[in-house]
Amino acid sequence: MSSGRTTISEVTGRLGAAAVRLRAPAAFMEVCGTHTVSAFRCGLHSMLPANVKLLSGPGCPVCVTAQGDIDLMVQAAELPGVTFCTYGDMLKVPGTHGSLDAARGRGADVKIIYSTLDAVKWAADHPKQHVVLGAVGFETTTPATAAAILEADRRRLSNFSVLASHKVLLPALRALLDDRQIQIAGLLCPGHASVILGSEAFRPLVDDYGFPCVVAGFEPEQMLAGIARLTEMVATGRPELDNVYRQVVKPEGNPLARRIIANVFEPAPANWRALGVIPGSGLAIRPQFSRFDATLRFELVAKDAPEPAGCRCGQVITGRCTPADCGLFGTRCTPMDPVGPCMVSSEGSCAAWFKYGPSVAVQPAQEAMR
Amino acid sequence: MKAFDHILMAHGGGGQLMDQLLNEVVRARVGNEILAQGMDSGILQTPAGRLAITLDGYVVTPPFFPGGDIGRLAISGTVNDLAVCGARPLGIALGLIMAEGLERSILERVMDSIAATAREANVKVVTGDTKVVGRGQCDGLYVTTAGIGEVPAGLILGHAEVRTGDKILINGFIADHGLAVMLAREMPHLTTPIRSDAAPLNGLIEQVLESHAKVRFMRDPTRAGISGLLADLARASRRRVVIEEECLPVRRETRHAAEMLGLDVMEVANEGKVVMVVADEDAGKALTAMRSHPLGKDAAIIGEVTDVTDGLCELHTTSGGRRVVQKPLGEQLPRIC
Repeated sequence: MSSGRTTISEVTGRLGAAAVRLRAPAAFMEVCGTHTVSAFRCGLHSMLPANVKLLSGPGCPVCVTAQGDIDLMVQAAELPGVTFCTYGDMLKVPGTHGSLDAARGRGADVKIIYSTLDAVKWAADHPKQHVVLGAVGFETTTPATAAAILEADRRRLSNFSVLASHKVLLPALRALLDDRQIQIAGLLCPGHASVILGSEAFRPLVDDYGFPCVVAGFEPEQMLAGIARLTEMVATGRPELDNVYRQVVKPEGNPLARRIIANVFEPAPANWRALGVIPGSGLAIRPQFSRFDATLRFELVAKDAPEPAGCRCGQVITGRCTPADCGLFGTRCTPMDPVGPCMVSSEGSCAAWFKYGPSVAVQPAQEAMR
Repeated sequence: MKAFDHILMAHGGGGQLMDQLLNEVVRARVGNEILAQGMDSGILQTPAGRLAITLDGYVVTPPFFPGGDIGRLAISGTVNDLAVCGARPLGIALGLIMAEGLERSILERVMDSIAATAREANVKVVTGDTKVVGRGQCDGLYVTTAGIGEVPAGLILGHAEVRTGDKILINGFIADHGLAVMLAREMPHLTTPIRSDAAPLNGLIEQVLESHAKVRFMRDPTRAGISGLLADLARASRRRVVIEEECLPVRRETRHAAEMLGLDVMEVANEGKVVMVVADEDAGKALTAMRSHPLGKDAAIIGEVTDVTDGLCELHTTSGGRRVVQKPLGEQLPRIC
């Protein structure tokens, strides 16, 4: 970060020069919750030229989880004899009949874990309890869930199962681009998921849709460098695939992690909040590991659950509106009492917007004084 | 009387067993002439001026963590609540609530720490209370401390004293306490260099006040981190407070741990830090005074009070962006990817 300032002034200079050449304002989309938080935390929106915008896409795993899948987790957590292990972010996401946190209040045994292997170990140490691991996330977290299933298999555990709602990024991005109403000029591709997927995974979006894609890291200067490249591509009318996070993301990604995923999971349709059911965008546990599938074990069936009335999370994560455009934002829906998932997850666009304030709207002190 | 290894219900019963506990474990460590009078209250000499009184409960888990423990916290927290009001601590009241079955060695370690921290703060435990509750009714050991202190004549501190141009100072690295405890709680197997900053700050604060720097306001950024403190400061003083992120002292390892857990270092608790608002012309003097104390050697000026009256705290980020700093909402949750 010590050399951050010079790099930052270089990239903002390049971004400014490219933005001058834009014929129309350009909105880019980040599809990674970590990008969302990083952008808000460093006040990145306040550093963009007036005709360049950055919107949040379906990159926060909690935010894209369908209401019905949350209901399923609450249902599993409330089964007698079950210890439900999940990541902290899932705890407060409201389902139709309350959140996992509320279920815990009613007596359900819900534990927050940091590593999926902690859940496996807990199951091994507590043979009388049945541990259900509730897992969501993209290619970044799926290998850890797969590894937990393999470890449970190795230990021959009979008191461990997984309620997985993992998603695959590319089919969802394709679905998003197939929607002609989407006004997005380019994609700031996620740094973390790309470590697994590889930058080449995004090439079809460039080839098939003529859509600029740039893989970027999470430091402000890395994100700005990505946005500068996207702006240059739009200004010159030459969509490309670029990777400004080469030190971490390889073109081929991490084949070993993808192999672990493929060993345990197979492609399946998945229900995304706001995007609906997208074929091939989800992952089901393969038949040879079916004894670790909590839905089979406990005969859990996801029901269609309507999203809460007035909630515009779906439009927020598809770049159709900003959090502040939602009628519930900041009044009926706050991080203390969230209505939609984008307000619950610390990586949700609404929560970041609420917490850091719409940084674009903060007038500099010098100007505010006038 | 028979030696004991564990706390029994009878140790809270007010009888001979309780006397044994108090003599062997408590008075042996924090005894002094006031406590020795054996009265139901500690009797203190009254100063001529104003008194400050404060109370705090300590329920931290785990009770021992890198850099501190519940005992050090209990003395530091109450001493600091007095000191940031400009008060010189006169005495501490100590309440212990123990669960039946608590190991004597744990209580002894905590009492050792209470005694050592009280010596460091140059304050006496002048009265106390001991209770034992049934197994499972409390998580091992809870500590309550109340403090009484003397406020020097003529010292007026508060949000109302804050003026345009005032500088904002902090005595060192932020977020160490919260992360040390969180890592000890959530990842006990991890070895980390992050240590709690829990410390009594009355010595450092006295040193700054003695430098005759015009201090307008002080507060210790505990549970809501410096975000909570600064957002409150801006709102209550009805001034825009501008903070330079680049000037905020944050240790590298603390920043990394916070990033790993998805936490904002500005929202993480501190137990040995004080934020001071000081008149512009005296900021250098106050900074020198802070830095000449061992608990302030990494002190920095982190921002200033502007004459914009919107009551917002604005952060100039290291990367050159600007954003609002808000008070945190509630408990922070670890992120999932």
